[in-house]
Amino acid sequence: METLYAVTTGVLSACGLYLTLRGRTFSVVVGLTLLSYAVNLFLFSMGGLTTDGAAVIHDDGHGAYADPLPQALVLTAIVIGFAMTAFVVILAMRARSELGNDQVDGKKEDRE
Amino acid sequence: MMQHLVVFPIVVPLVAGIILLYQRQGLVRFKRAVSVVATLLSLAAAIALITRAAEGEILYYALGDWQPPFGIVLVLDRLSALMLLVTAVLALGAVVFACASDDEKGSNFHGLFQWQLLGINGAFLTGDLFNLFVFFEVLLLASYALLLHGGGKARIQSGVYYVVLNLAGSSLFLIAAGILYGATGTLNMADMAIRVAELPAERQGLVTAGGLILLVVFGLKSAMLPLYFWLPRAYAAAPAPVAALFAIMTKVGIYAILRVYLLIFGESAGALDALEQAWVWWLGLATLAASAVGILASRDLRQLIAYLVLLSVGTLLASAGMRSEAAASALLYYLIHTTLVTGGLFLLAEMIGAQRGKAGTRLVKARPLVQGKALGLAFFIGAVAVVGVPPLSGALGKALVLNSADDVQRLWLWPTLLIASLASLIALSRAGSTLFWRSHYGNPSGAALSRCQWFGVVWLLSAAPLLVAFAQPVSSYTQATAEQLAHPERLTDTLLSNARGSL
Repeated sequence: METLYAVTTGVLSACGLYLTLRGRTFSVVVGLTLLSYAVNLFLFSMGGLTTDGAAVIHDDGHGAYADPLPQALVLTAIVIGFAMTAFVVILAMRARSELGNDQVDGKKEDRE
Repeated sequence: MMQHLVVFPIVVPLVAGIILLYQRQGLVRFKRAVSVVATLLSLAAAIALITRAAEGEILYYALGDWQPPFGIVLVLDRLSALMLLVTAVLALGAVVFACASDDEKGSNFHGLFQWQLLGINGAFLTGDLFNLFVFFEVLLLASYALLLHGGGKARIQSGVYYVVLNLAGSSLFLIAAGILYGATGTLNMADMAIRVAELPAERQGLVTAGGLILLVVFGLKSAMLPLYFWLPRAYAAAPAPVAALFAIMTKVGIYAILRVYLLIFGESAGALDALEQAWVWWLGLATLAASAVGILASRDLRQLIAYLVLLSVGTLLASAGMRSEAAASALLYYLIHTTLVTGGLFLLAEMIGAQRGKAGTRLVKARPLVQGKALGLAFFIGAVAVVGVPPLSGALGKALVLNSADDVQRLWLWPTLLIASLASLIALSRAGSTLFWRSHYGNPSGAALSRCQWFGVVWLLSAAPLLVAFAQPVSSYTQATAEQLAHPERLTDTLLSNARGSL
């Protein structure tokens, strides 16, 4: 499971990074979204991955339980990331209408 | 009451911001009154807190009474109290200035302004790494909207850069916080300091990676060399009161560097001691050099001031990179001076631009100013202070910084800082003579400036003579702060004495 998890996180962040470095706002927004998914997965795994662990603690007080803190952190990060994505989408649309094109630097593409 | 005082700088702007959301448009007088009163209350709270902190006591406030290291704590020591006071003083100048007309150019100015204060104050008070992230996001979200306040091409354009870069920065912050949590098992910074000291060898690499990723995030906030390119454009485009408030934003990054690295990666950290030192020192010097080039190349007054902010960031980073008690004390003195004076200069640039018609703040010949003499005098005082010519606070601040460097560091710091100061002297005298002396053809036009605007500028620029007049109490406070920072065990003992006792 660890390998799958690590590969997923890695692929997501690589795709996110690539798209963030593109020149047009749409791909940048998608890239930032992918990056935040990758970060959320990464944070989630930081307490160590457990399967079949109790959510907080077992009835008898023993045995494996999942670390609850990363879950709380991820929840916060998801909420914040969501708000930020909404904002950046609106901003990209404003930029498109005010600057007349969807390049990040606001300059028209050279068509050579 | 007194025990809850620590949480006041967070609660007051939060409540004021909620009240100010009540109606999007209209109610101008009511909103201005609420916003100014809330800022005054923050200022009063900051003064009350700094008198407590000056006694050398470290206060902490456990939110929800969950004791550290498990709950989230707000920590008040000398450093955070000082930063709170500087923020409140700056905010009062900016908010009164905005009451002249800037707040009506878009919606919800005052509400967002208060929330930005909430984020900044929270970042200065919190003792929890993840909570620091949350407050960073609060202040960033408010700053995104404030940067766009009033609209216009330049603001949208710089807003896109600013938002995208900071979103990427937030992702990095989360990664770093995750790594540090994974390696140490705590997010409380004081507790983390203890755990890092007892770190098993195989986890050192992980903590090093986390610590340095964190440095990238703080470098982005404080505009360290390869990460500063968003700053000049954003600060030059932002509305004046917002740009003035942004003068403290780069210092949030500096504060975070001081707090995290002096506390967690201090002497007790063993092999990880002074993890960031070389990076901060060399990149600070490089930032200084780059800012000198930017200052000389600026063709617009606001851009010029934005590069002056960068100059101050370079100086502060270099002094943080020296990592000595004397340097930290000099840094704090210089930080108070530079935050207030550059904030005042941003406000002044707006006033100058408003009286020059089409030319605005561009450094070209234009019609003479209506209140040329008064504005010229204010510009002269601000320029003298920011360049560091005696007798104003800039000279004292820079002298303290220069003096705190040891022999080898002097070799690098003195030429860089002095050449950068010379560049700013040249650029500012060129700007001043174009604005006030070479502009004498045609009739003066433009309305007289309002009293609110004058109050904002005079309030902030008067810091320059006052910091010199009260140099002794201020510098003894900063020295005590530096001494407290050099002994992080006092903070960890205060915070964790209860927890340790019960274990």
